[in-house]
Amino acid sequence: MTDSSKKIGLSRDQMAERAARDIPDGSYVNLGIGIPELVASHVLEGREFIYHTENGLLGMGPSPAPGEGEPELINAGKKRVTALPGASYFHHADSFTMIRGGHLDLCVLGALQVSERGDLANWSTGSPDAIPAVGGAMDLVAGVKKIFVITQHVRRDGTPKLVSACSYPLTSPGVVDRIYTNLAVIDVTENGFQLVELAPGISYDYVAERTGAPLVRIEDDPRQTGR
Amino acid sequence: MIDKTIDSPAAAVADITNGATVMIGGFGEAGSPIELIHALIDQGASDLTVVNNNTGSGEVGLAALIKTGRVSQMICSYPRTVNSTVFPELYQRERIALELVPQGTLAERIRAGGAGIPAFYTRTAVGTPLEEGKEKRHFDGNDYVMERGLTADFSLIKCRAADIHGNLVYNKTARNFSPLMATAGAVTIVQAGEIVPLGSIDPECVVTPGIFVNRVVEVREPAQESDLVARGVSYA
Repeated sequence: MTDSSKKIGLSRDQMAERAARDIPDGSYVNLGIGIPELVASHVLEGREFIYHTENGLLGMGPSPAPGEGEPELINAGKKRVTALPGASYFHHADSFTMIRGGHLDLCVLGALQVSERGDLANWSTGSPDAIPAVGGAMDLVAGVKKIFVITQHVRRDGTPKLVSACSYPLTSPGVVDRIYTNLAVIDVTENGFQLVELAPGISYDYVAERTGAPLVRIEDDPRQTGR
Repeated sequence: MIDKTIDSPAAAVADITNGATVMIGGFGEAGSPIELIHALIDQGASDLTVVNNNTGSGEVGLAALIKTGRVSQMICSYPRTVNSTVFPELYQRERIALELVPQGTLAERIRAGGAGIPAFYTRTAVGTPLEEGKEKRHFDGNDYVMERGLTADFSLIKCRAADIHGNLVYNKTARNFSPLMATAGAVTIVQAGEIVPLGSIDPECVVTPGIFVNRVVEVREPAQESDLVARGVSYA
């Protein structure tokens, strides 16, 4: 369990590509910082996604070349970005009206922990000497219609990030719909974690051993037998 | 005759008093009114409560204001960011207080304050540590927490262009919190990249109408925080 499972299963970029495949054409999408940012580089043929960044831009385009871009055209991670034709700028109250008013279709976020009830912890480890910082995470999960999480399946020390109950402070209870890890795609259902798909070469038992709550398997689901 | 222009940043911030609540526009360096903040450092007001999404970077702008000990409390959503070292150090030494507010709640609190709305309900932060101490209500099957509107004695913001009535247009993602803060400050002070003749901003394109603005000072080619940090500049 303590060997580096980061090298096992999908790479960060493959996880992002797998998640992008589940985004319907025409979706308005907010991407969190980290692996979720990589989703933007996987626009599938025939589909158009419009990316929202909460600091006031709809129609966010790719990063400019190194040394290019403008200091006042940035994303929520404060990195320089571009604006695509059809983009719009707006102030923070409008931006969070899009988020909290349920106008965005999908948000893809990272996680420290996800519980089998869909509780998300991704803003604080609760450590007493940490500087607390929340940003827009609580607003996004409370308001966006669908929440995807992309994360390594286990922490660096091998302990599960998918758990029966989060030990870290919550970002919001009961909000996560689907989880993409280096080992599997997993839905959060009323029955808890339900396996959707295994990464190539990964067995159900391998994933279940590294998941901190029961992993429901649908025996007749063809998606998980062919890989 | 309405003319809200002021000659210098120093004159624009001269009456900010000790103990004032000051909203400062910007998200990271985008939209940060650095020249107004530096004038406030020179002016010397202390025991300030500052509202900003972050806490600045390096030792310029907001980070310099904090480093000089002028700020007793920050109200923000994300106090640590790239090159942000001043606030974390003072916070860990318990030299500065922090009210942590989710970003959308912070924006809405400022919007509400500017609109004369004393409180509102939101789902954000329900079921998390940030709901503690807040009134909760149940509407239409969901739980909500009550959040208070937020106002300030002064708001310091930056825009791309202004006219003498205080009509403003911004630059790209430098807009962020500034139009909200313009409405919530009892005195709103603006640094504009240029002051343009009345009528030259299309009324359809005015983002902040002049009624929300009290003072405008022209700062051509304003400093950019990341440039100053890269050059090792310290204003503290």
